[in-house]
Amino acid sequence: MFRQVWLAAVLTAPVTMALAQTPVKIGILNDRTGVYADFSGPGAVVAAHLAVEDFKALDKGLDVTIVFADHQNKPDVGAAIARQWYDSDGVDAIFDVPTSSVALAVSQITRDKNKAFVVSGAGTAELTGKQCSPNTVHWTYDTYALANVTGGALVKQGGDSWFFITADYAFGQALERDTSAVVVRNGGKVLGSVKTPFPNSDFSSALLQAQGSGAKVVGLANAGGDTVNSIKQAGEFGITESGQKLAALLADLATIHTLTAKVAQGLVLTEPFYWDQNDGTRAFSKRFSAAFDGKKPTSPQAGVYAGVLHYLKAVAALKSAKDGAAVVAKMKDIPTDDPLFGKGSIRVDGRTLHNMYLFEVKKPGESTDPWDLYKTLATVPGAEAFRPLSEGGCPLAAK
Amino acid sequence: MSGASTTDAVTDAALARETKSDRTLHALIFVGLAMAVAIAPFLLYPVLVMKILCFALFALAFNLLLGYGGLLSFGHAAFFGMAGYVCAYAAKVWGLTPELAILCGTAVSALLGFVLGSLAIRRQGIYFAMITLALAQMIYFISLQAKFTGGEDGIQGVPRGKLFGLLDISSDLALYAVTAVIFFAGFLAIYRIIHSPFGQVLRAIRDNEPRMISLGYRVGRYKLIVFVLSATIAGLAGSTKALVFQLASLTDVHWAMSGEVVLVTLVGGMGTVFGPVAGAAVIVAMETYLAQFGASVMIMQGSVFVVCVMLFREGIVGRLARLFRVSL
Repeated sequence: MFRQVWLAAVLTAPVTMALAQTPVKIGILNDRTGVYADFSGPGAVVAAHLAVEDFKALDKGLDVTIVFADHQNKPDVGAAIARQWYDSDGVDAIFDVPTSSVALAVSQITRDKNKAFVVSGAGTAELTGKQCSPNTVHWTYDTYALANVTGGALVKQGGDSWFFITADYAFGQALERDTSAVVVRNGGKVLGSVKTPFPNSDFSSALLQAQGSGAKVVGLANAGGDTVNSIKQAGEFGITESGQKLAALLADLATIHTLTAKVAQGLVLTEPFYWDQNDGTRAFSKRFSAAFDGKKPTSPQAGVYAGVLHYLKAVAALKSAKDGAAVVAKMKDIPTDDPLFGKGSIRVDGRTLHNMYLFEVKKPGESTDPWDLYKTLATVPGAEAFRPLSEGGCPLAAK
Repeated sequence: MSGASTTDAVTDAALARETKSDRTLHALIFVGLAMAVAIAPFLLYPVLVMKILCFALFALAFNLLLGYGGLLSFGHAAFFGMAGYVCAYAAKVWGLTPELAILCGTAVSALLGFVLGSLAIRRQGIYFAMITLALAQMIYFISLQAKFTGGEDGIQGVPRGKLFGLLDISSDLALYAVTAVIFFAGFLAIYRIIHSPFGQVLRAIRDNEPRMISLGYRVGRYKLIVFVLSATIAGLAGSTKALVFQLASLTDVHWAMSGEVVLVTLVGGMGTVFGPVAGAAVIVAMETYLAQFGASVMIMQGSVFVVCVMLFREGIVGRLARLFRVSL
């Protein structure tokens, strides 16, 4: 009797296994209420749901659940949630994670626990540099690419003399240094720079210096609230109307939308994605808007969509999400292809290569809708936009 | 703080009446707390409990200064955060064992406490608070600019290492045991300080400084000592936290952290022995569990604070103490 039961169990086990869905649990960890809430926030969760829907996960044997949490831009809160998700909640992969310090912490934990981490919101190039990991993929953008594309493409279009307004801390200084190097390499010159305290609300003296320098381009090497304040005040000083170009080295669609085309007109910035690029992006954005209060998707949100889609492809190919390093290795094997970023690939250091675009914010007369904000100035292929593999110092690339 | 004076009156009366039975009650609570800490990692997520313990120790240190010394510091994050940086740096870059790294962090914090304290205790009340805030902001900007802190990326991937070079504490449970021991050591030290003659003098200075001066006490010295003690234990908590999370970041030196410890102490019960522990459990649990529901954590925290101030000004434990007419 027992023998029969045992036999039956053994015989039926593979059958039921084959029918069972592979469970996949995805965690979206980002800032839901603070400064980056519009940048990625709840919209990233909407994007992840759309990706699961488009992948037709159930038909392909994947049972996907999505959880999310607010890391409040604090590394310790983010690290605690990531650990808990991996250790006791059965989360297989974490997506998004804006704020560099939190992303670096989550990357480290993901590596220790052998899960998968697809970064979209964070910008630090360290994630694919010295602190790269076999469990981390960096989608969407990084600060190197922003500096490289904005600096390089603008010089080629004649913006060959620069003046920087730099937030006085490690991040701002790195942004200025990287962009200066690109400008000089492309034959431009840097006329000077002024450091502003971080955080800062009064940029008037810095902007007057920038105006007085006679530089063709004023580069804003800052982020977040500093960027918003400096763009607003540059608008009041009429920087772009007087013929100088204003280049934000780190800005995004949600910020520009909040500032409106009237304030931000003429601003030049680099992004990997804009909703109104082609039929694929427009179709996605329409569905996204319908699900998310009429807002258009930002680059990090698009990055979460594309990242989830590609991650699920790798999991479906392996039929298991348990071994994070194996899934990420598979993600690097398969070429990336989605309606938002087009065709691309993931490099051995975890860097996703896709086009980057130099955009200029439209003038109020050209803009027909509060979300109709950008016109494309230049398209830079991924291989040129991102840092070369050999320069990152990633130990994985040395092998 | 007009509200605080009535609270003080209540706790003072209670403390004056503190009897042998109160001591027994405290001993019982300590045993209960130890048992709760022992079984907590099996019921709750260990890292979360470790975070609560670190914050509880931080709040206990703060409460020593505010509740017993009567000094409201708005710059305690400087000690907590800077100790975390030093501990993380010592463990990661110098490769020190965890106990030495924690010792480094704590020592730096004590030194910092001495320097900042000697400047700040020269003034009282709001001026004292503003001086500590200003000095802490200086520490924040140094942390932002200095090379060794890693700017806004912080110090990441700090190894937990081997205790005394022998015991591997990289697993959560092993580290939990270490954290629990540190927490109780700190807690008992504070309990001892409060109930020593030094603690008596401290409370007397808080309540009537001119009288203590006229009695011949060197008030400044007492204030400086309690400030340094508080900074040291805050540093111990910060160092431990750096090892628990394996990172040190700007969050811990930011002024918001100084505010949070005030919040934790007031919610738990200022000037009570066990209040800060209860406050830390409530605030950290809110921060963690609300994050999963996507609610706005800050708004919820604010509301809890308002409710606390409106309904029980003496905090959770202070309220319980009054209800049962015991000193907690």
